[in-house]
Amino acid sequence: MWDAFGFEFVNFYLIPGLVLGCIYALGAIGITLTFGILRFANFAHGEIMMSGAYLTYTVMAIVAGAGLSLHPLVAMVPAAFMVILLFLGTDRYFYKPFRKEDTIKVVMASFGMMLIIRSAVQVIWGPNQIAFVPGIAKPNAWLQSFTGDLGAMIIMPNKHLFIFAGTVIIVIALGYLLNRTRIGKAMRAVSDSPDLAHVTGINVDKVINATWIVGGICATAAGVFLVMDTQTLETTMGFRMLLPMFAAAILGGIGKPYGAVFGGLVIGLAEELSAYPWIGDAPLLSPGYKTGVAFAIMVIMLIVRPQGLFKGRSF
Amino acid sequence: MEAYLGYFLYFLSLLTVGGIYAILALGLNVQWGFAGLFNAGIVGFVAVGAYTYALLTTAESTFHLGGFGLPLPIGMAVAMLASALVAALIGLVCIRLRSDYLAIATIGIAEIIKLIFKNETEVTNGPRGINKIPRSWEHFSEERFYSSWPMSWFGTPENWEAFFDSLPNWYWQPLFAGTIILVVFAIYKMLERARTSPWGRMMTAIRENEPASRAAGKNVTRRRIEAFVIGAAIMGLGGAFLAQHLRLIEPTNTFDPSKVTFLVWVMLIAGGSGNNRGAILGAFLIWTIWSASELMISGIIDLITAIFSTMDASILQTRAGFLRMMLIGILMQVILQRYPGGILPEVRPASPKADTKTADPTGDTK
Amino acid sequence: MTQPVLSLNNLKAGYGQTEILHDLSIYVNPNEIVAIIGPNGAGKSTAMKSVLGLLNIREGSVVLNGEDITDTPAQKVIEKGISYVPQTNNVFVNLSVQENLEMGAWTRPNGVEARIAEMYELFPDLAEKRNQAAGSLSGGQRQMVAMAKALMVDAKILLLDEPTAGLSPKYRGEIFSTIQKIKNTGVPILIVEQNAKQALGVSDRGYVLVDGANRHTGTGEELANDPEIARMFLGGGH
Repeated sequence: MWDAFGFEFVNFYLIPGLVLGCIYALGAIGITLTFGILRFANFAHGEIMMSGAYLTYTVMAIVAGAGLSLHPLVAMVPAAFMVILLFLGTDRYFYKPFRKEDTIKVVMASFGMMLIIRSAVQVIWGPNQIAFVPGIAKPNAWLQSFTGDLGAMIIMPNKHLFIFAGTVIIVIALGYLLNRTRIGKAMRAVSDSPDLAHVTGINVDKVINATWIVGGICATAAGVFLVMDTQTLETTMGFRMLLPMFAAAILGGIGKPYGAVFGGLVIGLAEELSAYPWIGDAPLLSPGYKTGVAFAIMVIMLIVRPQGLFKGRSF
Repeated sequence: MEAYLGYFLYFLSLLTVGGIYAILALGLNVQWGFAGLFNAGIVGFVAVGAYTYALLTTAESTFHLGGFGLPLPIGMAVAMLASALVAALIGLVCIRLRSDYLAIATIGIAEIIKLIFKNETEVTNGPRGINKIPRSWEHFSEERFYSSWPMSWFGTPENWEAFFDSLPNWYWQPLFAGTIILVVFAIYKMLERARTSPWGRMMTAIRENEPASRAAGKNVTRRRIEAFVIGAAIMGLGGAFLAQHLRLIEPTNTFDPSKVTFLVWVMLIAGGSGNNRGAILGAFLIWTIWSASELMISGIIDLITAIFSTMDASILQTRAGFLRMMLIGILMQVILQRYPGGILPEVRPASPKADTKTADPTGDTK
Repeated sequence: MTQPVLSLNNLKAGYGQTEILHDLSIYVNPNEIVAIIGPNGAGKSTAMKSVLGLLNIREGSVVLNGEDITDTPAQKVIEKGISYVPQTNNVFVNLSVQENLEMGAWTRPNGVEARIAEMYELFPDLAEKRNQAAGSLSGGQRQMVAMAKALMVDAKILLLDEPTAGLSPKYRGEIFSTIQKIKNTGVPILIVEQNAKQALGVSDRGYVLVDGANRHTGTGEELANDPEIARMFLGGGH
């Protein structure tokens, strides 16, 4: 049974789907928080994520120049700081002026930021692909032999283990922040009703900054996990991720971080599993259309259940 | 004389491409300026128009479906129809979405459309694209046109060949540019009529105060779909002209969202959304800035490489385009913040001055 | 004569260009419940929002314990001890009762635990629902949460915007008796009400607002018994 179906299904479809799902989930957390608390769809989110990956790469390259090699997960920390500054700066100069105006203005501003950030990355690092980590990722030998002895061999490179572990840690930390800390509860309160938060005396500006910080950390992690997985840096990856991340946020319900995580996993799995030969020998959906899956799910959600699976806000 | 001809042809190409963008900006103005619909997938409708035109008018080819070798005006008309049809389907599903959801949905739709053009190689020749798309006026000098009806009525192929040989090889350029300018003018006239008509006033009313319009028994959804479809048809025509101008289209680089969708948005915002003249002005202005900055930046690169001979000019050149994109993005932000109405702000068609609305900060009702 | 806790002096205010309050003067003394009644659109809620700095004040002043707080932003006003309960949308529906109270204490982060315990004493119904989402409670209980949340800062005055709107008669009575209890803890209350008769019943004084200006003033009892006012507002089935 395992040899005939399970091995291929788990290792070549399920695990890649979960990996992609983790990446979408982390990106979607930032989108859903911004959407919930600042009330607008931030189109620049994918590009911020992409710049996080480039910054991490640069940190690693600088350290490598000094003769040391740095794991991406460590290099991610200073990169995340820079991404947070980028988020806060963007908010200060490009989004904040429209805070009291029609939402559409700030959506447009974010639309413009999307282009500015991408072009800036292309100017600084060039438009061509860059190898993030060269070489082929070998499967984790211990996991392979351990699961092999159990009769269900799992082939998983270390990078995937890091991605799973990193995602779990971030999601648990986020849960702690939102449910146990004062600022986290205030974030939920503002997401619930900005007007009431205002007349309750909650410092909404502080909450907004906290949102950018949380979103920045998650976006950097998502960007770095993505390039750890694909091993290449591309300036188009932010835009490519944007739609699935929005789909995940909408699927989970706007303003619901756990919904976004669930939505991310569903979208990631759906994209990978759509290429599985469910009927006959041919892939169910031609791999060329894989990126259309997220979009299809999103449109169906918008029509059938715009508030998302977890009753987020609908507009 | 030769030098002046160069400038003249450069000017004509500015007019041509500027005019194509003006068509797109007018289309967007119907959707956004009139109806307040945030279409972030302009490139999708342009691609539908361009591909429809290309498949219908190219000579028969083994690489893609057709081509059907139809007359150019038919190709353009069907391009509009195809784009309108796609918009109608999308409109039925997505039009009731709030602005940012509509933007996400239209971005997605544009990507799906490009995905289809890229993957259905039997029909579209996939990533290699469609070549030898006939261009208005220039196409007369192609054998398949002058040797067939209706041109064959007026002269033998030999006569035509001799005639075109006697013309300078750029003879079609002023005619093509002139045609586009004429089309821009015609669309402008029609949209101006629409804007001041009861339909246009209803659109303004819906955009300003949707609940009130609904309460007054107006079919808001239907009006919105109409605006969306009309705008898309105009964009489809723009796509057909873009295909003619380029003569080769392929899914990825030709229909780069940042160079189509985004640039058109910047043009409309800069010119003044809601104002048809503003849309046209913005298109020509931004396109001129865009092309002029190309010349300027390549001049600067020459200067830099002359001073620092160790610099690799080719790297600078590939990156200069992105620098331009970045500057256009910043220009858009500046316009949004400093001149929210654009150069020519919207003028309301004869209606009483709207009250300045201020949101009730607590959202309560009395 | 005692200094009023809060006074609105000859206010002219409105949203944007529209002026809603034309000449409004109201004061609240320590240990007093003051009701503002009046027909729809008279500017009752607007009067309250003007205190919170939520709209443009053209003329006049708002004074809290002798300090001029005209045009102070909402967050500062709340820090100074004015607590406000909006008419609708007055609890964080996705937060638990306990979390709502914690948010209420945002401007006074010290001693939150003790104050929450006090609130559960004042509103015993809420104690057992402390971990339930506020959105899952009944309308009357939500109103209790909203009031408790507002009292989490040691309020110098409590502003209630139509606390009984949309509630069943049973809950209305309960809310008014709670308002009495709050007053007994030493917090003066300014209340805007549609249910004029009941509101005047618990109030020490009342104002009748018509077209953005106060038309009648008197003790709760005087107003409740004034035949003209009775004809104007109290005729309905309250």
